[in-house]
Amino acid sequence: MKISVNGHPAYVYTGAREFIPEQPSVVFIHGNGLDHSVWLLQSRYFSHHGRNVLAVDMPGHGRSGGAPLESITDMADWIVDMLDAAGVDKAMVVGHSMGSLVAMETAARHPDRVSKLALIATASPMPVSDPLLNAARENKHDAFDMINLWGHSQYGQMGGNQAPGMWMSGSAIRLLERSGPGVLFAGLNACNEYKHGMESAAKVQCPTLLVLGSLDVMTPARVARKLEQVIPDVRSEVLNNCGHLIMAEKPNQLLDLLVDFLD
Amino acid sequence: MAGPKYPGFNTLALHAGQQPDDSFGARAVPIYQTTSYVFKSTEQAASIFNGERPGHVYSRITNPTNAVLEERICALEGGVGAIATASGQAAMHLAIATILGAGSHIVSSRSLYGGSHNLLSYTLPRFGIETTFVDPRDPDAFADAIRPNTRLLFGEILGNPGLDILNVPVISEVAHDAGIPLLIDSTFTTPWLFKPFDFGADLIFHSATKFIGGHGVAIGGLLVDGGRFDWDASGKFPTLTEPYEGFHNLVFTEEYGPSAFIMRARKEGARDFGACMSPTTAFHLLQGMETLPLRIEKHIDNTRTLVQYLDQHDAVEEVTYPELPGHPDHELAKQLLPKGCGAVFSFVVKGGRAAGRKFIERLSLFSHLANVGDAKSLVIHPASTTHHRMDAAALEAAGIKEGTIRLSVGIEDADDLIGDLGRALHASQKG
Repeated sequence: MKISVNGHPAYVYTGAREFIPEQPSVVFIHGNGLDHSVWLLQSRYFSHHGRNVLAVDMPGHGRSGGAPLESITDMADWIVDMLDAAGVDKAMVVGHSMGSLVAMETAARHPDRVSKLALIATASPMPVSDPLLNAARENKHDAFDMINLWGHSQYGQMGGNQAPGMWMSGSAIRLLERSGPGVLFAGLNACNEYKHGMESAAKVQCPTLLVLGSLDVMTPARVARKLEQVIPDVRSEVLNNCGHLIMAEKPNQLLDLLVDFLD
Repeated sequence: MAGPKYPGFNTLALHAGQQPDDSFGARAVPIYQTTSYVFKSTEQAASIFNGERPGHVYSRITNPTNAVLEERICALEGGVGAIATASGQAAMHLAIATILGAGSHIVSSRSLYGGSHNLLSYTLPRFGIETTFVDPRDPDAFADAIRPNTRLLFGEILGNPGLDILNVPVISEVAHDAGIPLLIDSTFTTPWLFKPFDFGADLIFHSATKFIGGHGVAIGGLLVDGGRFDWDASGKFPTLTEPYEGFHNLVFTEEYGPSAFIMRARKEGARDFGACMSPTTAFHLLQGMETLPLRIEKHIDNTRTLVQYLDQHDAVEEVTYPELPGHPDHELAKQLLPKGCGAVFSFVVKGGRAAGRKFIERLSLFSHLANVGDAKSLVIHPASTTHHRMDAAALEAAGIKEGTIRLSVGIEDADDLIGDLGRALHASQKG
C-alpha cells in the first residue's frame, strides 16, 4: 500500500492482506539497496497468521522512491513516522543488515514503539570497506557485485535455492541494480558512520533475537555476538553454512526462528 | 573488478544449483522421480500453497531435480529464474502465453526453426496472437513492424538456414524503445558462445534437446528470465502488473520484483498448461550440461575444420558460415560470436537434388536424421526430406537450394569426419 510519510509517498508491502487495526503489527526493514521483496515469504506468512505486516521500502528504495536518508538515526525516526502514518502504536520490528541497525536504533530511541526486536545479519559497528564505499560513491556496478559476492556464502554462490528454480545470485544482483544513483552509497555511508551502536543496544528494552550466518563475511557472527553483552534480553541463533543474505539462503530456518520468537 | 570474483563458467556448469544431498550426501544430482511430496503438517502444506514457505507440491509445477537444472541454466545465462519444460517448443509457448493474449502481436525474425515458424504463423493466430515476420538483418524492419498491440520481439541468434546473425544489442534497443521485451531462442549458441542477457535481451529459451543435453537422449526445454525488463514502467503487461484472480489477486511485479515474469510463468503456465519436464529428463540434461564448455569447444573446432575443408572442395558450390569472409554477417560474427558461430551450417553440393541424395546415401559416420546438436555428427538434405514437396523456385524463396546439405557437426575426430565427407562428395559427383 502507498502511504504518505512526512508528506512524501512511501510504499509498504502488507503481505497481500488488508491492514486490520486490531491486530498486532510486524515491521520488516530491508538492507541497503534492496526492497520489501526480500521479505516476501516472511511477509506472506505473518500476514496470513494474524499480524499486520508493514514491509517498508525505505526512502530511495523500491517503490518508495525519492531521496535516500543519510543516517541510521534519520531512518529510525522515519520508521516511527511511518508507524504514525499507518496508525500503528507499537510493533515488532525485524531488520536485516542496514535495516537491523535501523531497527535497533528505533528500539533505542523509541522504546515505547517496539515490542520485540529481531536483528538479522547484524553487527555493531558495521564498518564498510574502502573498495566497496568508493565503488558505491562512484555508482560503479562493482559495488553491486561486491555486495552480491560477499553477501552470499560460498554455498550460496552455487545456489541450491529453497525456492525452486530461482538463482539467488542473479536475483540479488538484479534487485541491487534497481537502486538509483547514490542510493547504495548513502546507505553504506550511513552504516559506516553509525558509531554509537553499542550505546543504543544498551538502551533496547524489549526482547531481542539475533539471527546470524556462520559464514557471513559482511557482518561476522563473532562481531554480532558482542551485542549479547549489552542488550538486556537477547538470544542468538547462528545458521550454519549461511552468509549475509539469510532470507535468500535459509528462508525456512529463518521463518521458523521468527515464528518461534514473535509468537 | 578488484576483490571477489564470481565462479567461472566451467565451475557453474558442474555445480550451480546443487548442494550435496542432505539425506545421503549424494554427489550426483539425485533423480527425484516423484509426482508429489509428503507434507510435514497441515500448517506446512498451507504455507507452501500460499507462498509463505518455499517447497514442492506437485512435479508439474516444481521438482527438486528439475530445480537444479533450472538454477544451472540461470547461472550460465545470468538470469534470475528458469522453468524446465517438456520441450523447446513448450518453453517458447510458455514465454509467449505468460505475457501475450488474444489481440497481441509479435514481431519476429523470419529466419527461424520450422517449428517456431509454424507456432507463430499457423497456430497462435487461432488464439488471437498475430506475428509479422521481418528480415533479421534489418533493425528498421523490426521497428517499422511494431504496432500499438505489439508485445514481443523475437529471433534466433543464428537464423535458419543462412545463419543470419541477429544484432541483439540493436534489436533489444528497438524493443525497449517501444516498451516491449526481446525473446531469444539460444538453442544453437548456448551460453558458452553467446549470453543474450549481456547484450540486452530480456527472455531466453533453449531447446535443451540439442547442445545443452548434447547426447540425443532426452527432449526438453528451458525458459530463462533475465530479470531486467521493467514491466511496471512499460505498462503494457497486465498479467504481471495487475491483480491475478488465479492466485488470490497477487500482483507479480509487486511481490516478486525482478522475478515477476518467471513467477507468473510458473504459477500460471506451468500449473495450467502443464508442459512439464520429467525429472529423469532433467537428470539426463544435467549430465550434458556438466560438459557443455568442453563439448562446445570441440564442436566449434571440428566445425571450423570442416568449413575450411568444404570451402576448398571442388564438389562444393558454396559454404554458409559467418566466419567465412563472404558471409553477410562476417563482421558482426567477430563482434558478437568470437568463440564460434555454432556447429550447424549448410553447404551446397554441385549437381543439385540428385547429387544431394547421393551424397547423403554414401555417408556412414554422419547420421541422416531430423535433429541437430548431438555429440554425434548429423546430416540432412532438405530438398529430399523436410522440403521435398517444394520445387526449385520455392526452395530458393526459403533460402535453400536443391543441393543444400545441412550438417550438425559432432565431436568425433575431425579426420574421420573429413574422410566420411570426402567419400560422399566423391560419390555425389559420379554419373
